[in-house]
Amino acid sequence: MTTNVTREKKIKMIPIFVMGKRYEVPETLTIMKAMEYAGFKFIRGCGCRGGICGACATVYRKAGDYKLYSGLACQTVVEPNMYLTQIPFYPANRAVFDFSKIKPEPEEIFKLYPEIFRCVACNSCTKVCPMDVEVMDMIAQLKRGDIAKAAEMSFSCIQCGLCASRCMGELPQYHIAQLARRIYGSLIALRAKHLQEAMQAIVSGRYEECLRTLMNTPDADLRKIYQEREMEPEMTGEDWTPKDKKCL
Amino acid sequence: MDLAYYPGCTLKTRAKNFETSALAAMSALGINLVELPRWNCCGTVYSLAEDDLIHHVAAVRNLIRVKEQGKNKVVTLCAFCYNTLKRANLVMKDSPDKRYAINIFMDEEPDYYGEVETAHLLQVLRDDVGWEKIAGRVKHPLKDLKIVGYYGCTLLRPQSVAIDSVERPTILQDLLKALGGTAVDFPFATECCGAFQIVNNRDIITERTAAILGSAAKSGAEALAVSCPLCEYNLRQTQSSTKQPQSGVPVMPALYFTQLMALAFGLDLAVCGFEENSPETRAWLKNKGLIS
Ligand code: FES
Repeated sequence: MTTNVTREKKIKMIPIFVMGKRYEVPETLTIMKAMEYAGFKFIRGCGCRGGICGACATVYRKAGDYKLYSGLACQTVVEPNMYLTQIPFYPANRAVFDFSKIKPEPEEIFKLYPEIFRCVACNSCTKVCPMDVEVMDMIAQLKRGDIAKAAEMSFSCIQCGLCASRCMGELPQYHIAQLARRIYGSLIALRAKHLQEAMQAIVSGRYEECLRTLMNTPDADLRKIYQEREMEPEMTGEDWTPKDKKCL
Repeated sequence: MDLAYYPGCTLKTRAKNFETSALAAMSALGINLVELPRWNCCGTVYSLAEDDLIHHVAAVRNLIRVKEQGKNKVVTLCAFCYNTLKRANLVMKDSPDKRYAINIFMDEEPDYYGEVETAHLLQVLRDDVGWEKIAGRVKHPLKDLKIVGYYGCTLLRPQSVAIDSVERPTILQDLLKALGGTAVDFPFATECCGAFQIVNNRDIITERTAAILGSAAKSGAEALAVSCPLCEYNLRQTQSSTKQPQSGVPVMPALYFTQLMALAFGLDLAVCGFEENSPETRAWLKNKGLIS
């Protein structure tokens, strides 16, 4: 009891409303931790806890404010009188396709997602995106056929699905954007030459001998080699190479 | 002179030749069409339902983008975009209730009162450049070319957005004359091509375009000058689907007026993109000695 009293003195408790029910939670917690503090146990709607998996999308309102807010539960700190619920999943049409047959043309996207033309530019998707992607403008880029630009604009998308939940045209923006990035990544973006060269070197057996020698080295010697290895200096140019170039 | 320019989606996909020829022809006249850095689809069709405000949002958002650039005028090439933007602008200008509802819905944008003027490129050519200056820039007059100006619907209807006389427009013919061509009048200049019926009722398009092409041929024309990518598409598509000899539909190139400008100005042919017009277009131009 005493410990609780001391803790309440130190940390301010604030009221939040989870799915309509009031809970008192420490004001320093994220929505996710606050919900756990209140007794919720996450078996869905939680993944990385680091703001990159998109599992913990949350929508909330503040008292006396007509605006709908959104955030990632693992990243957003609670506010007093926040009315919230999590949307761990939102049903959205995902087209099935054979990627090997896809051409780098906007018509491919139009065919798989004809609903893209139901967009009325209401911008609700952009407003709800917890990653600040300009979702509506990204869809506008695709409608005019610019797959590369759409891929770039949707780069921070974590597929949480909130855009689709708000769309009056019923577009699955996040699936459409993923298709755009796939097409861009494998069919439009320039290939890195050095990567191809490195791959060729591997295939041609360039490192075979180095690796075999290492694999056949006894543990104790390996440790010694490791400890005595030449380290890259902390401040150095990108063209730095070790003295021993045998395995480069 | 720089002019804010709204391309619209079709000029970036199916009608690239309209855009490339326009940019080049205008820069030959000393006007840079500066594409808005941020824009979205115009909404395509102006919604006629009185209470359907949501379908004006896309158009209004683009007009706000023009304002954001510190401009009070925007130029379009696509006749459909022109119509949609212009009419949405009239709503914002003249209907306080609708303006209020649209502004409060777009609460993330600054309020808009219809202060941006939407102009079609043909208006810029007539009112800001002038036919004489255009005629002065011509290197290869389009002489011996008998062309009809085909307006379709969206440049002229409704009257509140018409770029010229609704009944007897001359703006396209005036341009053709300035380019040294022979502008032929024909009674179907402002008839509808069938528009979006192409999607689910091709027969309507075939019927409409056959009448338009037939009338143009009877008037002695060899080609049509157009400003609408949908008219161009419909005219081209049905010419190829009705080419059977019994159909009797004349085969006739439909060219964007900007392609004709680029030709007459003697610009690099690459900007015209004739390969995107009907397959007969190049042969016809060659026959006329306009391209080699
Ligand atoms: S748990 Fe992964 S983004 Fe929040």
